[in-house]
Amino acid sequence: MSSVADKEVVVRTVDVVKQYGEGEAAVRALNGVTCEIFNGEYLSIMGPSGSGKSTLFNMIGGLDKPNEGSVFVNSVDIAQLTAKELAFLRCHTIGYIFQTFNLITVRTALENVTLPMLFAGLTPDEAEERGMKLLTTVGLGHRFHHRPSELSGGQQQRVAIARSLANNPSIILADEPTGNLDLKTGQEIIDLLRSLNQERGVTIISATHDHKMLDVSDRIFHIRDGVLALVETRDELDRSKATASGS
Amino acid sequence: MNQTQFKNLDPPLRVAWGQALASIRVRFLRMLITSLGVALGIAFFCSMQTLRLAPQKDSTQSPEQMQWLIGTSLVMCLVGVTNSMLMSVTERYREIGTIKCLGASDTFIVKVFFFEAILLGFIGSLSGAIIGTALMAITMLVLGNPPIFVSTLQVVVLGTSVGIVMTVLAAIAPAVQAARMPAAAALRMDI
Ligand SMILES: Nc1ncnc2c1ncn2[C@@H]1O[C@H](COP(=O)(O)OP(=O)(O)OP(=O)(O)O)[C@@H](O)[C@H]1O
Ligand SMILES: [Mg+2]
Repeated sequence: MSSVADKEVVVRTVDVVKQYGEGEAAVRALNGVTCEIFNGEYLSIMGPSGSGKSTLFNMIGGLDKPNEGSVFVNSVDIAQLTAKELAFLRCHTIGYIFQTFNLITVRTALENVTLPMLFAGLTPDEAEERGMKLLTTVGLGHRFHHRPSELSGGQQQRVAIARSLANNPSIILADEPTGNLDLKTGQEIIDLLRSLNQERGVTIISATHDHKMLDVSDRIFHIRDGVLALVETRDELDRSKATASGS
Repeated sequence: MNQTQFKNLDPPLRVAWGQALASIRVRFLRMLITSLGVALGIAFFCSMQTLRLAPQKDSTQSPEQMQWLIGTSLVMCLVGVTNSMLMSVTERYREIGTIKCLGASDTFIVKVFFFEAILLGFIGSLSGAIIGTALMAITMLVLGNPPIFVSTLQVVVLGTSVGIVMTVLAAIAPAVQAARMPAAAALRMDI
């Protein structure tokens, strides 16, 4: 993960520009972002509110199209994909986690986790078995038949994490996953994401305001006004921490 | 590198059916009100049709008046059904966006709304057709102008079919539009 030689690029963006609105009222949420994200790393995207984190999240996740530039996921230019192929990419390659959990309210925890598997063509029995395993992994095996409205925020986010893992994605995209949680629950979610990252090797890309995230991140992208202002690596973080505590 | 291979598969129909059923079960009260809207419109339509098909002894209403009444009932029905179905789609943009993130194709989303509309349309239209026809038939019976039984059956069948077709059409148009929208836009919609 940390050695330079085995760094494999999973996501690459090239001069991505995203503009909302037209003419006078136009807002450039992203103004030429070029970056590489490596397989198996835990990447945090930090920046002030309105700096473009969620917009970048949408671009990388194929949830929206850039006005200029390209996004490559596993070397595939996602602008070239048809709607069906994009659906396939979302189903198999990327797992999504949101600040507001976004569980399907009319379905139980288990059904939320198995739905993406049914999209992937698993039989209901296979899906249920895998779904229970994933719910157990995130520590919610006993609440599988509850609907989201009957779960706490932290529990809902755990279901969302289990769901994001449904089809063994290579990437998990998270947009402020701890934003609606208290400190302790937020820390638990961060620890869970980190352990999934280390045990399964899944790449985690997480937009965040949460400074607890810094401790577990391999790299940090700092975004300001739609540009990638600074990239910090683990080594640099540790060094600055050491000098800070030493002084 | 794990090169992604793209296969074009959609899950079996029962997955969309299951989602539609879950949605109706959990939002039962909401769905009941929606189908009540359908039922009211169709009841009005069917009662007018029953009146039209009745053997006219003393023509109190001219054919023009009758046509106008039936036209009005159809428009009322259409507005009611379209409004209910439009709302039931637009209040669920977030859910649509989320399901897209899980890998649903656009057609899957349309299928879910299609099944929901068929179920709602069937229940609402059938009950509305029976109530509307029966009320008018009883009224006419009381007034000493009994309707023909076979033609009341025809009216019920006609009303139910018109109601189902209308409900499905009214749901499909906004569902297609919502399914085609980029997932990010659907997720942002909050009303
Ligand atoms: N759909 C949209 N329509 C218009 N403007 C938008 C839209 N989405 C984002 N913006 C604008 O783009 C800029 C970047 O927004 P974005 O949501 O990416 O910020 P963010 O870094 O995620 O902020 P936060 O930390 O508050 O979530 C903001 O100025 C915002 O107002
Ligand atoms: Mg944001």
